[in-house]
Amino acid sequence: MNRLPINKTPKVYVGGAFIRSESGRVFPLKTADGRFVAHVPQCTRKDLRNAVEAAAKAGPGWARRTPYNRAQILYRLAEMIEPRAAELAEAIALGGATDEVRREVAAAIDRIVYYAGWADKYEQVLGNVNPVAAPYFNFSVTEPMGIVGAIAPAAPSLLGLVSLIAPVIVSGNTVVALASEVSPYPAVVLGEMLATSDLPGGVVNLLTGFRAEMLSTFSTHAHLRGLSAVVSPEERKQLELGAAESVKRCHIQTEDAGFDWYSASTESVYAIRDFLEVKTVWHPIGA
Amino acid sequence: MATAPRVSRNSRRQGRPAPELIFGDLWPYDPAPESADPKLKTRYDLFIDGAFVPAKSGRTFETINPGNEKKLADVALADAADVDRAFQAARRAQESVWSKLPGRERGKYLYRIARLLQDRAREFAVAETLNGGKPIKEARDFDVPMAAAHFFYHAGWADKLAFAFPGASVSPVGVVGQVIPWNFPLLMLAWKIAPALAAGNCVVLKPAETTPLTALKFAEILQEAELPAGVVNIVAGAGETGAAVVSHPLAAKVAFTGSTEVGKIIQRQLAGSGKKLTLELGGKAANVVFDDAPLEQAVEGVVNGIFFNQGHVCCAGSRLLVQETIADALVAKLKLRLRSLRVGDPLDKNTDVGAINSKAQLEKIRELVASGVKEGAELYESPCRLPAKGFYFRPTLFTQVSMSHRIAREEIFGPVLSVLTFRTVEEAVEKANNTAYGLSAGVWTEKGSRILKLAGELKAGVVWANTFNKFDPTSPFGGYKESGFGREGGRQGLADYVNLS
Repeated sequence: MNRLPINKTPKVYVGGAFIRSESGRVFPLKTADGRFVAHVPQCTRKDLRNAVEAAAKAGPGWARRTPYNRAQILYRLAEMIEPRAAELAEAIALGGATDEVRREVAAAIDRIVYYAGWADKYEQVLGNVNPVAAPYFNFSVTEPMGIVGAIAPAAPSLLGLVSLIAPVIVSGNTVVALASEVSPYPAVVLGEMLATSDLPGGVVNLLTGFRAEMLSTFSTHAHLRGLSAVVSPEERKQLELGAAESVKRCHIQTEDAGFDWYSASTESVYAIRDFLEVKTVWHPIGA
Repeated sequence: MATAPRVSRNSRRQGRPAPELIFGDLWPYDPAPESADPKLKTRYDLFIDGAFVPAKSGRTFETINPGNEKKLADVALADAADVDRAFQAARRAQESVWSKLPGRERGKYLYRIARLLQDRAREFAVAETLNGGKPIKEARDFDVPMAAAHFFYHAGWADKLAFAFPGASVSPVGVVGQVIPWNFPLLMLAWKIAPALAAGNCVVLKPAETTPLTALKFAEILQEAELPAGVVNIVAGAGETGAAVVSHPLAAKVAFTGSTEVGKIIQRQLAGSGKKLTLELGGKAANVVFDDAPLEQAVEGVVNGIFFNQGHVCCAGSRLLVQETIADALVAKLKLRLRSLRVGDPLDKNTDVGAINSKAQLEKIRELVASGVKEGAELYESPCRLPAKGFYFRPTLFTQVSMSHRIAREEIFGPVLSVLTFRTVEEAVEKANNTAYGLSAGVWTEKGSRILKLAGELKAGVVWANTFNKFDPTSPFGGYKESGFGREGGRQGLADYVNLS
């Protein structure tokens, strides 16, 4: 007699804990051929606000970590994912991972390693001493913005999500991310890997659910200082309209732009810069 | 039988207070008006496609001298049709001339502009003071030379952009719509136009409605520099003209400096458009003075921080946060210093605080100061005499201010300082950051490690330590939070005028 397998109840990773939506709502996840897989949390605006609170708690500590430490933690995350790559591939494909899906997982891991390497270098590329025409020591350094909202593209669900998150957190920001609506399961599995990495709880908070229910809160929540999103043109407009209320920094691309997520041009130190503030400090030189 | 008390030279050592210097009218200064000719015309047209042209509608508006309320000139009022003409000219110039020019040649135009501005510096300084109300010594020693310096600095970037953005390929954004404020009319123009041109963009710029003259005089310099027609277009007008500039479909990027209120309107207007946007908005800077600060320097820094340019400075140090143990001593020194500030004719070379830029601004300041009194703060104003004509406001200081008072939260944009106190470093940081703004901050202490700690913890784009209100073309300026986004100046400021791929 075949052993009956134990199915996993998907939970999202928020504030370092695995939670269901406060609403108790779920939506069914099915394979391409319609077979039921699991119920995924249908997170609400309240879940989003809770996640922002968790991110706010984690923020100062994460930003104070040394760049070397953040580099190691991101690299450790890649180490946690690599041996479980097959599991992630299965989470994307739901019933038969293909070579293409395996390529996506590999690219996501490599993207994390890419940004891990920037942690203790971007400052040397983006900041500098300013040669002012007066006796002052004057320099510009970067600082993380704080909490950033991220809305992942529908596809590639894992690589898209990771490509938005990694450049945001490497500098000390914390993130509240909404996973692909059509393919939320990789975010659930990624959460389990985040939990076993050394990333402090609350630095990355992952939500699953429906964009239409949560976009307005993403755009208007005053504690979110930036938005990173790949959405439709209409959703972009909605996000940017609400963002103006708190002068939020928006770096939003539209899904129809058709960019190549695998290309090296989608990873850049300038993606890190998008969620940094430049701070300039002056001090007189004298006795 | 009383004899006159002898003031001992050692009175301080004996615990008596030092005798107070008496200023006021005891030894009046002779007037020292700047006499250079501002070479103003009685009428200014719009500058579009390399030529001065009247508005299509034929409409004009008056611009005045806020120092005496006299009319200076009539200025053509641009409407949407004129703005469209300007954008069409800018696009033609962008496509046919400016984008084809090698960076090195572009840079030479900027060098020319810088030099011509230096040539005519005194003339521009007087024009700036007449139209805006700022003291001639500030226009002469700060605004105009700094404007020229911005062109000179950015000129050199034009052929070196690849070094500014390692690892990326750099291209211009296209035509840029720019709207600038009235507090530093020529300098804000330079902050906007110099990086835009260096990066290979063309420009449609709208100066503020109360201060259009130096921008239109600057157009004369563009002609003298033989800048290709359409590369820079200047359209004058008020809010409607500005709305036409920021919403024009040919504007690939919008750069705005002004109030947070208008900045939010623009951000909403551009939502979903895909246009680039930079905003340099309001501020409510904290100037934090610790008990170990060099007190005399701090007094000068605090005074400069709030009374520079009549307090019409987005990064003005309008909230003084002073450590409780030295609060009384610092406030006493500040009051004394306030009394010695010379308020009056902006053209007088001895004037420290000139005219408020407009009647509307004067009323806004009065309204906020009245709210401060009403909410229970204690008012101190310099007893100076003000000219009968023109818009003037006495240098003012509020004590007993609490964080909830409007004068501690809202940008006054005038010569009004709110004094608050703190006990610990943590409280200072908490109070300094407790605002929706985040443009600038000041720290005064002799302790280096404390400066670096605060430099890290103050949420502001510029932190001045043991100094205040210092600017330089090489030094990026811009805000956190609701003070806007993007930087102006330095390598980081250039980033907002290029596309990277």
